Amino acid sequence: MSYVLEINDLETILHAEEAPVRAVDGLTLNIMKGETFALLGESGCGKSMAALSVMRLLPEAGEIMAGSVKLGNEDLLLLPEAAMRGIRGKRISMIFQEPMLSLNPVMTVAEQIGEVLQWHFRLHGAAAQERIRAILNQVGIPEAARRMNEYPFQFSGGMKQRMMIAMALAGEPELLIADEPTTALDVTIQAQVLNLMRDLQQRDGMAILLITHDLGVAAQMAHRVGIMYAGEMVETATREAFFRGPAHPYSRKLLASLPGRESRHKGLRLAAISGNVPSLSREFAGCRFADRCDHAFKLCHEAAPGWAVVAGEHHVRCHLFDPDLLRRSGERGSGDEESQQTVRKPGRADESGAGIELKRERRTISSPPLLSVTDLKVYFAIHKGLIKNVVGHVKAVDGVSLEIRQGKTLALVGESGCGKTTVGKGILQLVSPSAGSVRYNGLELVGLERKRLRKMRAEFQLIFQDPYSSLNPRMRIVDIIEEGMNALNVGVGGDTGEYRAEQQPEVSTRRRVDALLESVGLPAETKWRYPHEFSGGQRQRIAIARALAVNPKLIVCDEPTSALDVSVQAQILNLLRELQNSLGLAYLFITHNISVVEYLADEVAVMYLGRIVERGTVDEVLTTPRHPYTQALLSAVPVIEPESTRHIIHLHGDLPSPVNPPSGCHFHPRCPRVMPVCHETYPATSAFSSTHTAHCYLYPQEPDSRRF
Amino acid sequence: MFFKPVILWTDALVYLLVAIVIALVWYVRRNEHFAAPWRRVGRSASGMAALTVLAFFVIIGLLDTVHLRPAVENKSGGSGETAYSVEVLSLLDLIATPLRTRVEKTYSSPFAAYLYARETVELPNGGQAREFPRLEFGGAHLQDPETQLVRDVAWRAVAGAGLGLFLWCMVVAFLAATLAHRSGEPFLSALSRIRHDDTAVSWRAVCLMLAVTLLLCGAALALCGSYHILGTDKVGQDVFYQALKSIRTGLVIGTLTTLMMLPFALLLGITAGYFRGWVDDVIQYLYTTLSSIPSVLLIAAAVLMMQVYMDTHPELFDTVVARADLRLLFLCIILGVTSWTGLCRLLRGETLRLRELEYIQAAHAFGVSHWRIISRHILPNVMHIVLIATVMDFSGLVLAEAVLSYVGVGVDPSMISFGTMINAARMEMAREPMVWWALFAAFSFMFALVLSANLFADAVQNAFDPRVRLSTKAKTSLRGKRQGEPETKPVSASAGDRLSP
Repeated sequence: MSYVLEINDLETILHAEEAPVRAVDGLTLNIMKGETFALLGESGCGKSMAALSVMRLLPEAGEIMAGSVKLGNEDLLLLPEAAMRGIRGKRISMIFQEPMLSLNPVMTVAEQIGEVLQWHFRLHGAAAQERIRAILNQVGIPEAARRMNEYPFQFSGGMKQRMMIAMALAGEPELLIADEPTTALDVTIQAQVLNLMRDLQQRDGMAILLITHDLGVAAQMAHRVGIMYAGEMVETATREAFFRGPAHPYSRKLLASLPGRESRHKGLRLAAISGNVPSLSREFAGCRFADRCDHAFKLCHEAAPGWAVVAGEHHVRCHLFDPDLLRRSGERGSGDEESQQTVRKPGRADESGAGIELKRERRTISSPPLLSVTDLKVYFAIHKGLIKNVVGHVKAVDGVSLEIRQGKTLALVGESGCGKTTVGKGILQLVSPSAGSVRYNGLELVGLERKRLRKMRAEFQLIFQDPYSSLNPRMRIVDIIEEGMNALNVGVGGDTGEYRAEQQPEVSTRRRVDALLESVGLPAETKWRYPHEFSGGQRQRIAIARALAVNPKLIVCDEPTSALDVSVQAQILNLLRELQNSLGLAYLFITHNISVVEYLADEVAVMYLGRIVERGTVDEVLTTPRHPYTQALLSAVPVIEPESTRHIIHLHGDLPSPVNPPSGCHFHPRCPRVMPVCHETYPATSAFSSTHTAHCYLYPQEPDSRRF
Repeated sequence: MFFKPVILWTDALVYLLVAIVIALVWYVRRNEHFAAPWRRVGRSASGMAALTVLAFFVIIGLLDTVHLRPAVENKSGGSGETAYSVEVLSLLDLIATPLRTRVEKTYSSPFAAYLYARETVELPNGGQAREFPRLEFGGAHLQDPETQLVRDVAWRAVAGAGLGLFLWCMVVAFLAATLAHRSGEPFLSALSRIRHDDTAVSWRAVCLMLAVTLLLCGAALALCGSYHILGTDKVGQDVFYQALKSIRTGLVIGTLTTLMMLPFALLLGITAGYFRGWVDDVIQYLYTTLSSIPSVLLIAAAVLMMQVYMDTHPELFDTVVARADLRLLFLCIILGVTSWTGLCRLLRGETLRLRELEYIQAAHAFGVSHWRIISRHILPNVMHIVLIATVMDFSGLVLAEAVLSYVGVGVDPSMISFGTMINAARMEMAREPMVWWALFAAFSFMFALVLSANLFADAVQNAFDPRVRLSTKAKTSLRGKRQGEPETKPVSASAGDRLSP
């Protein structure tokens, strides 16, 4: 059998100030023609460095130390740089994560694709134009002949990624390396792009090296899967074998840490992997995962495991599957049984919480809502000209109503750009709403004067998406946490003013900081450190501690886990859930990740272009979605079930601009079930139960309310 | 009392600046996130070498800043009251008294024993002849300059350099001893660590630069007692002395102007970026207007107006130096007022970026007041820009002073500065034979000052600017271990391994 790409014992190091970082350490993999190989792993595992090593596009500090990379019969590492230029873009192409950053903004699309054609095929003039048009048609750009002469900024994110794919395909490569090709895209767009890649592969039979951290994407796209951990491959298998029974403890944990409805119904904590990916600059004596592994025994810390065969093509680098060891300890049972058993058995991290049924109090719906938002509108004026005339409005939020009860979680779901974050900020009065009302415990917040609002601020807090920009790098943790307490006179007790509290940090304040840090799972002595000394997950814990410091009742979580790895995401979700149970917090959970919603939310509201199109309890919305957009959104989420028979509803096009929303139902240009009436007016509410409502003409309209 | 201390306006401000710098150093040492980039500056060989040269300039400048009026003998009677000279002298003047007082008649070239112009002298036999007379002070100890001059100069230079070398050895030994004491290792191993550049601060570069500077200084000091090493100017003043005096003027302009400019730039830049809206509009229009007026015109107008005021109020100044000093201060203020726009624009842009960051939003969510957000969240996060801009601007301002003085709107004509030196020397370039040394002295001193300031600024920028640091990291790649190992091609850091769904 001939492989398109054969990587043998590839070692890549990055020269850093202290010690070299072994980003890729002995990677071996083969990809056949027409095959998709998914390289899975958390950030910092060396996936991208492996891809860049193949392309020989390493950063300046990087160096390939050993190994071979064979494309066909040629060892790429032995080629001179000049010959390599003939290979890049011709025989191997690469797609990067950020389509916005990988296209040159001052060149038209045709020029950029033309460059490839000119260099590799010596195509010029009309012939090149013809070819460009053909390629753009292939990747599904409508009106290719006209749009090929446009600049990248005239295209949307999904379109830009198609352009990138078009550029990559222009050389008719044997191997396509896709480095997180859909990570920056929305689910519906992701489904389009993945579909396109699959179609192209089936037609041209090229090999794809897909690098991703998303198990769902891998489950959908890959033929074979390789799991990378700390610079080395720990498990390879066919997709079916892997998702049916992952062998390596790390893979098992990774799968178990995915949030979802099942784990919620079982009332279990997610299987978070404790700790972080180890620094690659240190020496490893034993298994690299041993420190985080629940099944680690003495040998794991002493000797690095070799490859062991689980079954057929399923290989794993773990002592648990070493045939010699298994034979010696017969009572341990066969490896397969072991793996089966441990898959079912939750790991150490969740053993403590495994038995605890999370008590979800069933409050009656009639209890007064903690927060009620009615018809909230946030418009941003567009100014133009010398005297800044208002020429239009960006209708970021265009009439949103929602309610959150004490101790409950409302998830606000939608694609990027639909106004979810603005709703959160509007509720917290961080942007001033244009219209509508926000009532907290019956008190109207809109238009409240600054002084009185400041007093209220302790009640509702905010957790941000990016833990790197949400903590001031110049402040110690203790100052960060105390800032809110000082500003709002919380925790100090009595009427000690901001000034005094700052001058003489009272013992009680310090004790409170310690308690807060411990409640989010950080040791108290970390308070003297600066944010840069912490990892992403730890920073997010600090951000949560900061929000909790002022004893809020409501926390707006703005995509708090989307910048984190799956295993760390599980840690944070567990923490949020525990805090909700112990403190009775209400969450407004803003996210685009459906599986997080399934795990955490009580109610769901689906947003599209500034309006809520469907809302209801989590079971109602996720099991019987009514609105075509919700249906499409849910179907586009990649799932891991290997024999999934679900039908993906492909949406065409992108989110329209909120400056000129489409007339009538905002969704009609993309709706697969559009009717003439949809073009005219926005649909009224259709109720399916006391809690489940949607805005769609497919269902009988309620005559009394045209509220949305 | 043998003297009466005089504190001029600029002196007071320089003392203030020194106090600020000392306070900053103390603060930086206590704060890890400020100390870390400074340690990177310490690692930079070029930066530390430049700092060594700068240190010499700063020492001379500071010596020239301590002003006093020496007591003079009271000839008018024994009333017991001490009278003080109307002449205000600095410590540097006192140290360099021989240089200052040994005034020749007119031009003489460096190391000359004869005047540069012919004079009519009366011969012993009663006749007259036109010849180059001997200098009054330069090389006066020589019997026969024609034969002795070269040997004498060489001998003195070598002796001076030897003394410099000895001093250098002492300094290095002291340094090594200190290092050895701190790390608790033997003296010789500390010495060899310095030699192999294996120290936290790049002491090797400091030592090398110190060797060069001390050798030059030693030779110059040994020679300047009996020669005019850089010649004399039109009125016979020693050019070396003038060059030394110019250093303070340059430093004062470079540093005090920044001090004047910072409040404007910080306050206006941050408020414009933070509050946006009409505040931003007003500040933007202000600096757009200011930067569209040619700054030389603005400075000339302001200086001339002030000149008129000073001329009509001579009673305000008790000495000439005080008058010149006030003019220098005004020049600093005017330069400061006209040059804050660049930094202001930078700070506004950075604040615009910062205010959207999530930790600022979080502070808003806590109801933290605007003033506290600006002082605790924004100001510390723009300080690196302020620092880089300040160090970068310094050399530009030194040059600006020279240009302005040359045009005639700079410092007071009685104040020695690089600009006035160039201005005085420019006509002599057209002379035949040419008088080149005044220009040469001004040029080489200014060049050394500005070059070392620029190199130091580069090192500071490299250490503080995170974007610059990315590209300069890890240049010590061990390439080509494998046969035919390919050269790796650099790509942008954006292709790095980061996951952000």
